[in-house]
Amino acid sequence: MLQNYLPILIFIAIAIVISVVPLLAGLILGPRRPDVAKNSPYECGFEAFSDARMPFDVRFYLVAILFIIFDLETAFLFPWAVSLREIGSFGFYAMMVFLGILIVGFIYEWKRGALEWE
Amino acid sequence: MIRIYDFKGVSNQEKKNDFSKREYSVQDLLLLVWIVAKVLLVVICLLGVVAYLTLAERKVIGFIQSRIGPNRVGPQGLLQPIADALKLLQKEIIFPTASNKYLFIIAPILTMTPALAAWAVIPFDQGMMLANINAGVLFLFAMTSLGVYGVLISGWSSNSKYALFGALRASAQTISYEIAMGFALVGVLMAADSMNLQEIVLRQQGGIWHWYWLPLLPLFVVYWISAMAETNRAPFDVSEGESEIVAGFHVEYSGMSFALFFLGEYANMALLSFVAALLFMGGWLSPFEGIPFLAQAFAWVPGIIWLILKASFFLFLYLWVRATFPRYRYDQIMYLGWKVLIPVTIVWIIVVGFAIQFGVGPWFSH
Repeated sequence: MLQNYLPILIFIAIAIVISVVPLLAGLILGPRRPDVAKNSPYECGFEAFSDARMPFDVRFYLVAILFIIFDLETAFLFPWAVSLREIGSFGFYAMMVFLGILIVGFIYEWKRGALEWE
Repeated sequence: MIRIYDFKGVSNQEKKNDFSKREYSVQDLLLLVWIVAKVLLVVICLLGVVAYLTLAERKVIGFIQSRIGPNRVGPQGLLQPIADALKLLQKEIIFPTASNKYLFIIAPILTMTPALAAWAVIPFDQGMMLANINAGVLFLFAMTSLGVYGVLISGWSSNSKYALFGALRASAQTISYEIAMGFALVGVLMAADSMNLQEIVLRQQGGIWHWYWLPLLPLFVVYWISAMAETNRAPFDVSEGESEIVAGFHVEYSGMSFALFFLGEYANMALLSFVAALLFMGGWLSPFEGIPFLAQAFAWVPGIIWLILKASFFLFLYLWVRATFPRYRYDQIMYLGWKVLIPVTIVWIIVVGFAIQFGVGPWFSH
């Protein structure tokens, strides 16, 4: 069983090598002439006004929170979907009840304006 | 119903193969070399596809806009990708003073590696795959989800406002569409009753009307729109919109570190096109299956050719859409993802569930 995963492990190792080698080649083959203007953050030709470590819109945070909830649903639905024909009608209706609760929550968050971006 | 792999039935053969009790021999070494050779073959072919996809993109969009596209390097411009690679190789890799150096250099690796590693489970023909695992779809989903880390880390570590905005937009957009894509995949798993990609294709046998694009049409459409949004392609490319935030999360990258983001994005495009062909368009199955004369006439075509043709169609669709549609506004993108695609997928999952429960139609009967 686990043997089937060996090619994946090897593939990941080779993928890392393939990503690192061009970077190293670029570092070796490319020139190295740093200066102050070149190494400053890009800001349309201006001197950078301030550091980029600043507060950002809280809605990005909200999206991430909602994402966690819905991604968990997906993780929960995957095994159910694969075994749907084996677990019979009890398993089926149990998930329908669960999806019903999920939809109620989704409607609530919609009505509360959590999905609004003006 | 045929089950190739089953969690419950661990045979004696597999017990004998327990790693701790085995003695390692020359045969194991040969197996290892053989796997490495196959992996390298896939990776080299993939890098070739990615390189020529960039040329195809410039050519196709050129012709759509009544231009010729690149035609100077080599015959018809065919050596353009090689010239691009050589040029990028010679460029300086700039490390901005304000950036977090280690994260800054790890980010492109984090983008590229999952985009390549996901190919380990793609079946190119019946039995022609590197790893035949029964959690194939789950592995694919995990690998495509990892791509967002590269984007987020690159944008944050650059310590530049444009990069930060681009990364925030890109990651919020990617995770929003990932939900819709995950639900679309759930529909496929329900219909196929398996997570093994090879088995999903085999379950679609019986001609073009048995492929899942028809019974799962809404999920197919949602999957494809999500695929375009996940790779941050036009018309969903606000994260790197040239006209407002110059290049988004990779604005501070140059030379080879920039090239890795580029390669990662195109490898992901190719990956999602192959997955679309496998899950919804019957993979390597012939489209003429079950049609009296055409089925025999095209029986000689190997399955991999069909798969490549189907995937090429989806790749062309990427370019066609980019050349045709204007860019969405950011709130419109979020509106489409959360308020249109997610409700559609939830409804269709319930519809498919009832169809399977009551054995409806030619597709969902037991």
